[in-house]
Amino acid sequence: MTNQLCSLTLAQTLNKLQKKEIQMSEIVQSVLDSIKKQDSTIHAFLTQNEGLLGDVKAREKLPLAGLPIAVKDNICTKGLRTTASSLVLDKFLPQYTATIVEKVCQAGATIIGKTNLDAWAHGSSTETSQYGRTLNPRNTGHLPGGSSGGSAAAVAADMSIVAIGTETAGSIRQPAAWCGVVGLKPTYGRVSRYGVIAMASSTDSPGPIAKTVQDAAMMLNYLAGQDLHDPTTSPQAVPDFTQSLGKSIKGLKVGLLYQDIEGMEIVKSHIDTAAKVLTELGAKVEPTQALSPQYAISVYTIVQRGEVSSNLARYDGIRFGNDRTFFGDEAKRRIMLGTYTLSKGYADKYYLTAQKARTLFIQDYQKLFEKYDCLISATSPSFAKKIGVTENAAMFGELEDMLLEPSSITGLPGISVPCYKDPQTNLFIGLNIIAPMWREDRVIQIADAFEKATDWNTWKETK
Amino acid sequence: MTPNYKLICGMEIHAELKTQSKMFCGCKNDPFHAPTSNSYTCPTCLGMPGALPVANKQAIEWTVKLGLALGCKINLFSKFDRKHYFYPDLPKGYQISQYDLPFCYDGQIETSEGLVRIRRIHLEEDTGKLLHKTVDGKKVSLIDFNRSSVPLIEIVTEPDITSAAQATEYSKKLRQILQYLDIANCDMEQGGMRLEANVSLQKPDQTELPNYKIELKNINSFRFLEQAVEYEISRQTTALDAGEDLHQETRGWNSTKNQSFVQRSKETAEDYRYFPDPDLPPIRFSEEQIEAIRVELPELQETIIKRWQDKYRLEPRFGHQLAKSHKLAEITDQLFSVAFTGGTDINKLASAIDNKKIVYDLESDVDKVITDFTTLHATETVNTADLDTIIQTVIKTNPDILTKFKQGQQQVMGFFMGQIMHQLKVKADPQQVHDALNKALENC
Amino acid sequence: MKNTVTKTQVTHVAQLASLTITEQEAEHLVGAFDETLAVIDNLSQLSLNETEPTSQVTGLENITRADEVLTDNMFSQQEALANAKRSYDGYFVVDRIIDND
Repeated sequence: MTNQLCSLTLAQTLNKLQKKEIQMSEIVQSVLDSIKKQDSTIHAFLTQNEGLLGDVKAREKLPLAGLPIAVKDNICTKGLRTTASSLVLDKFLPQYTATIVEKVCQAGATIIGKTNLDAWAHGSSTETSQYGRTLNPRNTGHLPGGSSGGSAAAVAADMSIVAIGTETAGSIRQPAAWCGVVGLKPTYGRVSRYGVIAMASSTDSPGPIAKTVQDAAMMLNYLAGQDLHDPTTSPQAVPDFTQSLGKSIKGLKVGLLYQDIEGMEIVKSHIDTAAKVLTELGAKVEPTQALSPQYAISVYTIVQRGEVSSNLARYDGIRFGNDRTFFGDEAKRRIMLGTYTLSKGYADKYYLTAQKARTLFIQDYQKLFEKYDCLISATSPSFAKKIGVTENAAMFGELEDMLLEPSSITGLPGISVPCYKDPQTNLFIGLNIIAPMWREDRVIQIADAFEKATDWNTWKETK
Repeated sequence: MTPNYKLICGMEIHAELKTQSKMFCGCKNDPFHAPTSNSYTCPTCLGMPGALPVANKQAIEWTVKLGLALGCKINLFSKFDRKHYFYPDLPKGYQISQYDLPFCYDGQIETSEGLVRIRRIHLEEDTGKLLHKTVDGKKVSLIDFNRSSVPLIEIVTEPDITSAAQATEYSKKLRQILQYLDIANCDMEQGGMRLEANVSLQKPDQTELPNYKIELKNINSFRFLEQAVEYEISRQTTALDAGEDLHQETRGWNSTKNQSFVQRSKETAEDYRYFPDPDLPPIRFSEEQIEAIRVELPELQETIIKRWQDKYRLEPRFGHQLAKSHKLAEITDQLFSVAFTGGTDINKLASAIDNKKIVYDLESDVDKVITDFTTLHATETVNTADLDTIIQTVIKTNPDILTKFKQGQQQVMGFFMGQIMHQLKVKADPQQVHDALNKALENC
Repeated sequence: MKNTVTKTQVTHVAQLASLTITEQEAEHLVGAFDETLAVIDNLSQLSLNETEPTSQVTGLENITRADEVLTDNMFSQQEALANAKRSYDGYFVVDRIIDND
């Protein structure tokens, strides 16, 4: 999709608009053409916004000038069908819009459409969607990852300039890694969850999926901020995240995690190479140990499934949607396990224990961040997996996201940036960078430096 | 009640707080007066996908206020928990309530039959309302969510209550305090206050508490409460006398049949799967903040009434109405002070208000009330000759009554008085009339 | 490895969760439970006696709202009922609830 307007980045788009080299309507047309050409195969979108062109016209004088974006279908958009990829919400038309969508639209963005996800965001493949899986645009025999697979695929295939996804544990970063794009999970509490269909209330974090680190930083500026409708958002001041771009990482202390744990054989050498790049840029990188992510899987599984079982209790088909017989198998599995771990006689053994173990992870990171400015690891232990592998797996999602769960359960900000592409398969590996709470600036700084010093970003040629 | 068994009774009372907005959203809190069903709703109180709760600060402060008024300890660190169960009037499939860290605990209310200890006071949200109807020949339940997420304060006692009368007295006292603090209207017909009593009987040789309790639910009047508790005492006595084992049960009260009936047999207690609500940050008070609420507490109703009794010799029957709410008590305090200085009879004034002969409410101006009262009791001196004429006429036209009087039935004086007063064109001083009538009767 | 849950337990959990499951599903779920419980069992290896549980990672406290009516956020009756499959005269409709409330 190079040399087409739809393959521009957000920064490039706004730049060219400002210089009056292009009009937004041309961008929009190019994006729509791209969707027409590819999406019957890729299946990134579930619903398209019929009112797109009208919205673009109406917002052309605003800062984002009508920029078309893709929104994950677990985010409520008034009057625009929102399904969470579940048949329970097959015909659901929200009567209100999520705060984050209001914010970007007030800044001038428009919605191209709603993107596919694992149903209820339960998964890391987008295969549990009750509307069919999304394919990885880099290699359509493979999965895009999940749960924000549709958003990641849309961006990777230039079917959207930028997208909004959500991460409960890995659901922004992992599909970004598998699709070879940038995924930024903000600090929990940085971005409002009002209007985001809840999965695990204590870890859900909406965030941008973008072509470049710069684009992600620009989007985060629009998304972040305390919301009076979401009491878990912090009054912390929101810095201008673009100020962290183009800054040297000389002297920064970086801890390299998880290289020696079981199952890292495929990605290990590429992460080592990425670490070398950071060293060449002046950072001090060394391998270090953290509390085993095997425990994070357990903490996450218990806490998340418990909160899922609670958050999905409102779907009874009375006020909206279809009744509970419409839940798919994965949703049922998670609700069941979650109910069990919260139930009488078991809550102490499981739920309470998990919340205590969570504290250990918080303390472990606090210790590590006394020594290091940030920590890096592989985003995923593998390249994008082949389609069909996740069917009827009892725990595919939680096992797959092992490397990301420690930072998700503790609320830390993290970014995945492409760090290798296999020339044969065209599939990518992502480098995961995490920092202390509220330090998105630091992950952006390092990711941007890495991106500029390497050639894994497929949009760099079109500058 | 058989003197053998001891009543072991605790009460759980829910009261809707009269905040402007709901507990976890900004919808209007006035379900009873909503123009139509489902018109005071929003994504949050309807349990829509993606909606989130935000706690009403006023409701929290009022809960602490009540706790302090009842002598409770306040949990400086507190939180909200999710209580899970499925029911059509519960939109999220869970109620946001408080489990192990209620705002208040360990208080008491004094009654004439002894102290009733308050175990805990916590804050939670109300559910929607079900209406049972037949539509197009089909039996359905209709749901209105105007009431969903209205703030509810729940007051739970220890099983200290030992008589049905005490249960009623306790409940009435609690209502008085809630109204007095101006945090709840407690309108029973509107569901503003809901009573639940847990009733069991302790055998004479038992030291430990009974291993069962009967939960009497959804009682919406004090009269029914007393009847229901009495009935249960009787029913349970009969059962225990017959050697039956009683089990945990939920029962309702049928006010037409004057009987309790089984609603749910709770062999296994409900599993609510409580856990701290991740959407609501916990609440932490400082000692200073609690103190600030404590000093704002109004002088208690009982204290004020006692003061009036001591200073003005106010009759006991007038106290509560005139101190119904703290605001009203303040006005009454002022009123009595001015009236007393001006030489007005306080009890006559109170009586006139009680009998609604003069208007008296929160809008009342003290001086106007006194003026109204004075006008009410202003009497004119009647011309003696005119008075005597009327007296003679009344006596002559009621010879049978006169006979009764002469036979010693003093009370018929009242009849004569009434007739005379009625015939007088002006408002006469009853004393003057009485004296003149007496004189006339002596001469008959 | 011994089954960690029984079919009866699974059926009871389904009831608590208001989910209808078939015999076959119940059997599958026993297997799924076993797999998951085996994984999460590793938490017993950690020493947590001195550790406090974390329910919220932000450390936020006392985030409340003033007692104001937010009219702009309220639904009209029509909006409230917009997605209901069954509604009547401004109410949501369900089959008659037999509980004597």
